Formats: sequence, C-alpha cells, structure tokens
Amino acid sequence: MIQSVTYLGETPSQTAGPYVHIGLIPHQAGFDIFQNNFSHVLTKPETQGERIRIEGHVLDGLGEPCKDILLEIWQANAAGKYNHPSDRQNKPRDGSFRGWGRTGTDFQTGLYHFETIKPGPVVGRKGRKPMAPHINFWIVARGINIGLNTRMYFPDEAALNAEDPVLNIIEQAVRRETLIARLEQRGDEKVYVFDIRLQGEGETVFFDI
Amino acid sequence: MSQSETLQGDRTPFNEAEFMSRDRSVHPPALTPIYKTSVLRSPRLALWSLQNSLSEVTGPVFDHEELGPLDNDLILNYAKTGEPIGERIIVHGQVMDENGRGVPNTLVEFWQANAGGRYRHKNDTYLAPVDPNFGGCGRTITDAQGYYKFRTVKPGAYPFRNYVDSWRPAHIHFSIFGSGFAQRLITQMYFEGDPLIPHDQIIATIPDKAAISRLIAALDLRAGVPLDSLAYRFNIVLRGTRSTMFENKLQGN
Repeated sequence: MIQSVTYLGETPSQTAGPYVHIGLIPHQAGFDIFQNNFSHVLTKPETQGERIRIEGHVLDGLGEPCKDILLEIWQANAAGKYNHPSDRQNKPRDGSFRGWGRTGTDFQTGLYHFETIKPGPVVGRKGRKPMAPHINFWIVARGINIGLNTRMYFPDEAALNAEDPVLNIIEQAVRRETLIARLEQRGDEKVYVFDIRLQGEGETVFFDI
Repeated sequence: MSQSETLQGDRTPFNEAEFMSRDRSVHPPALTPIYKTSVLRSPRLALWSLQNSLSEVTGPVFDHEELGPLDNDLILNYAKTGEPIGERIIVHGQVMDENGRGVPNTLVEFWQANAGGRYRHKNDTYLAPVDPNFGGCGRTITDAQGYYKFRTVKPGAYPFRNYVDSWRPAHIHFSIFGSGFAQRLITQMYFEGDPLIPHDQIIATIPDKAAISRLIAALDLRAGVPLDSLAYRFNIVLRGTRSTMFENKLQGN
C-alpha cells in the first residue's frame, strides 16, 4: 500500500463580476459605508521617494477600453524593500508606505490611475540578481475568471531592465516591451502610462506566479 | 573558495516561504465562451511561468485597527431607519492553506445583492428595489487560527444578460489576500441546495466538479443563533507554502 499524498485543493477562482466596486471600492459603486477606505493613493506626506503617477487603460480584444476593471498594485519602497516580514533585505523599511493600493477604471473613460512613488530595485530570486524597479499588478473584472498578474517596468531604467531576470525569461523581445510603461512629463508631474491589452495585437504579458 | 563556501552561496534567506505552484486545473480557464464576457477579455497567449521572488511571496499587511466595529455586520453597517429585510444568516469559516494550516490576520472582504437580488451599485438596473437599510459589503481580518465570521441577510438570485434566461444562484463574492500577493484570490460562495447551481454559466466555467463543490457553503445549524439567525460554513483554501529544503536552506519547513 502506497502512502497517500494529500493536500487540500485551492478554492477555485470566480469572476469578480461587474459590481466588484461594492465590496472593494464602495465610493465608486455610489455609496459611503466604511470609515476607512482603501484607495489609489499609496503615499502619505512623510513617505520617502520620488512621487509618480501611473495611469492607463485596460483594453479588450477589440481594443475597446474596459470600464469595470479593478486593479491592485503591490510594490517595494524607494529603497527597494517590501513592507512585509518575509523581506529580510538589509534595507530601510518605510513605515509610512504599505506598498499596496487599488482602484477601478472610470465608468465613462476607462482610465485608471495611481499616485505612488518609484520603487527601488529588489533582490531577485534566491538573492542572486537584482530585479529592475517594477510594480506588480493584479486585475480582476467581469469576464475575467481568474485574476491576471503582470508587472510594470520603467522606461527610464533601460540598463536595469536589460539585466532584469524576469524580463529576460520572456522569449520574444517584442513581448517584453508590453511591460514597459511610457513616460510623460506633465509640468512638474511624472506620469507613467501603462496600458494593459488583454487580448490580440500587443497583448500584455501575464504571468503564472 | 572551498566547496562548502560555494554551497553556502546559494543559501540566502530571502525566499523561505515560496508558494506551491497554482493547480490551474481547479480554476476556470480564461476563455469560457459559455460565459460570454470572457470571450473578449481572455488572453490568447500563454501565461509566462515565474518562480517566486520577493515580489510574489510578500503582500500587503492589514491591521485589525484599520477596520470599524461594524465592518463585519451587514445587518447593522448600513442600517438607517431599521434593519434590512431578509433571511438573517451568519457566514463563518476558516481560511487555510493547502497544507491545512490556518492563515492568520488576513483581510477577507465580501459583497452581495440584497434579499431581492438587487445590488447597491449605480450600474445595476434590475427592477427589484434597493433595501434602504442594506449596503451589501463588509470585511474582516482572520483571527490567530484563520477563522472569520460575518452577519448578513441571504442574497436573492438575480438575472443577468448572458443567455436570455440566465439567473445567478444566490451568492456572496469573497476577496482574500493571504500572506503573499501570489495567494490573492477572488471567488464566490454559493448556498447548499440551491437549484440554480447546476444551471449557472459562471459556475460552469470551472471544469472540475469536485472543485465546484468547494464553493458551496453548508448549512450549519449549530453555529446559528436560536430564534435569531441561521448559519452557513464556508472554508477557504489558499495556496500552500512549499518546502525549499534543497534550494536555499538545509532544513525543511
């Protein structure tokens, strides 16, 4: 008799549906219920680092902007350290920066945006090779059965991007480009435009993490 | 450099808590034409597989202090002139990982329609009325053993524009974080015995029948409050942590 190897099965994913805002961003659904709301602003006045804005659209297989997407981002602080106990890099933690935020695409325009700081580079897998500064994205919505994971990289970090161990596992160089935002300087504000194409021409790279 | 120093070079302590890879066979694939919206919103190219780095094993940490005292009580958290109309229920369970260990201090959020199947959302135009005393959302943080609970009214079924006669079974949406961003999950909880379950096209996106059964909460009479509320139990399983004993340290878990 062979001993059995058993694990509990993961709970299956289901779509977040068109009314995901009710639970996760009730203001956008049209009502006010919680005292303390999570938001698209990751910074506090005392947060260390260079302020940036990230914005873009999420486009479907016909190139139309999706207007009911929920996006979350997760990122390291300006020194390249995550605010999490598993991050034991010898770098300063910024107590005023959780590193996470969420927002929805606008019901009229489909535009989303975050206000955050530019992250520093984080050590790579097994401590071997640094990863270029990047922001982890997770998106869910009506019609998306399981959340899609991707990463946004910075166009003004070309040297680090060229050495990035994750970008470099993507076999086709043309697909790496889908993860690199476009920089727009608007007055004093640095805006990184990151459009996500769910399907078809220029389809964004999504990861099985 | 001696051989032992060479070996030591790989034993960095950064990624001790890597996750087991996701078993995609229990999840719906992206493209499920039976659920029409997925047709234009599903990637056509394969996912790129990534091994965990710090970016995946870490994730946001939330504190019990950030939540309000009524955040897990949907009967009272939007009560204006009275309490909401509907079947009063308690939903409770444990958030575990695939190894059966409770996931402590993790944020669980939930949202639902009211007893008539109407959502409090500016885009919901279903003719059933909104309940002035029901918001339809809540959140809580699991305790030290991974348990959570909240109180609400049982949601009603509602129609949606997929097939002409498509009705969603009664369900509550759940969002769970876990300890790392790779565990992030959104799902839906259904109710034992609901005859709409076998007809639902969103449930049907899941190919594995056994996996579907794990989304159906069981009536839990003993956890209810006599003469007050029924209860349903819904356990949630997130990805497990795997051993990295031969990669970056000698001991196992």
